Amino acid sequence: MRRRLPVIIAFGIGFLMLIQYFIPHPRSEEFYNVIVQQWFIIIFAFMYIFALRSFFMHHITKVKRKKEGYIFSAVAMVSVLFMLLSGLITSRGPFFDSLYNYMIAPLQGTMFSLLAFFIASAAFRAFRARNVQATLLLVTATIVMIGRVPIGDYLWRGMPDLVEWIMTVPSMAAMRGIRIGVGLGAVATAMKIMLGIERSYMGGE
Amino acid sequence: MGFWQRFLQLDRKWIFIGIAIVVIIPLIKPLGLPIKPTKPVIDLFTYIDTLGPESDPVMVVTGFDPSTMPELMPMEQALLRHCLTKGIPVISFGGLYPAYIGMAKMAIDEVSADFPDKKYGEDYVFLGFIPGVSAVILSIGIDIATTFGNDYYGTPIDSLPMLRGVKNYSDISLVVDVSGSSTPEYWLMYAQERYGVNIGVACTAVSAPAFYAFLQSGQFVGMLGGLKGAAEYEELMARKGYPTGRRPATIGMDSQSLAHLLIILLIILGNAGYFIVRRGERRQGIIRRKK
Repeated sequence: MRRRLPVIIAFGIGFLMLIQYFIPHPRSEEFYNVIVQQWFIIIFAFMYIFALRSFFMHHITKVKRKKEGYIFSAVAMVSVLFMLLSGLITSRGPFFDSLYNYMIAPLQGTMFSLLAFFIASAAFRAFRARNVQATLLLVTATIVMIGRVPIGDYLWRGMPDLVEWIMTVPSMAAMRGIRIGVGLGAVATAMKIMLGIERSYMGGE
Repeated sequence: MGFWQRFLQLDRKWIFIGIAIVVIIPLIKPLGLPIKPTKPVIDLFTYIDTLGPESDPVMVVTGFDPSTMPELMPMEQALLRHCLTKGIPVISFGGLYPAYIGMAKMAIDEVSADFPDKKYGEDYVFLGFIPGVSAVILSIGIDIATTFGNDYYGTPIDSLPMLRGVKNYSDISLVVDVSGSSTPEYWLMYAQERYGVNIGVACTAVSAPAFYAFLQSGQFVGMLGGLKGAAEYEELMARKGYPTGRRPATIGMDSQSLAHLLIILLIILGNAGYFIVRRGERRQGIIRRKK
């Protein structure tokens, strides 16, 4: 029953949500409203509780066993608790805002900005015209890189239009192909979950 | 070891120093390179520009955390500034994930400070985070007051004058998702397809190619792609004579221009060195074989 019940719930809710989309009856609308406004949102809220539990279980185990880098686990747990308590105690007041604005924002911004340095270094070392495909990629990337900044327009008037053509014709054609594939894959996966063929969401194999 | 061989083994600290210099100098002394607005940006700007104080509100959704703040915050601020300048009622929604709410608050606090005549609750409101992601998007389509209950500050939605008569998407003229992830697709699937609300997108340059198909199909009203999109929006606002603030995106574009140039130069030199060294090695190999 432990394995059968989730499959029955997944099939039932999935099937009802699927057919209600095509039935504009007040009862169908009411069902949709209850599912969306109550069930979904409550389930999502519980997900955060489970995520926190999982986070603490993982890091407490690391600290207990004194695994490599366990000190960072301790810092992570203290930071989460500190942020959580500061939000609850100060009712998201100026202190909480300051923690976000002057600690989280600069820290995350710094981490992401390092990308510019590593991309430059990696481009210098690894971006080589070794064969036809690599040369095509290199030439296109160079045109897009120069055309997406004002200096491209400054160097040659036609550069932004050339970049716009690359984005709206070859790039978009490729993206459409990928998207159609992803869409069909999503439908197939949803059907497999509803029919109980795909059960990895229940854990285990 | 020849010059090119030594050059190919250049210590990366020199590349890092080069990038730091070309990024920092234009921030201190902007170059003032010309900005040419593109169609997706003009479309979004024109759509918002045709609205006014009597229009239904524009919902600006914050979909980014501090990691993409340099690229997306100028967009959000330009959009908010445009709406408040035109007197369009603004619903600032703190986003679908908890990390975004701080960014939304930062944006609305900074922009509203430049418009002392605009009153909270009458000209703009700030809605906080509600767990649910796609469920929240769907739920707004049913009833905003039931979905949120209170605004970010705990005031009941029903008591905010601006939101009286705003029940769901049918009372919203445009939703603009300022996003550093794939959330514009959620708005497209659950808000645009199901409820028919107009959607605009402001996204990172990396995400932009994924959304061009939806622009061409007319499912998105317009798009700001990357810092360039934000700079173009600032330029359009300046051309209309609207207040633009310090134009952070335009200043940032100078740094980005020089950084791109340096990266292209490094790629060209790296490839030149690679082929010269390879040709030299081949020649040496031929000489050895002849011996």
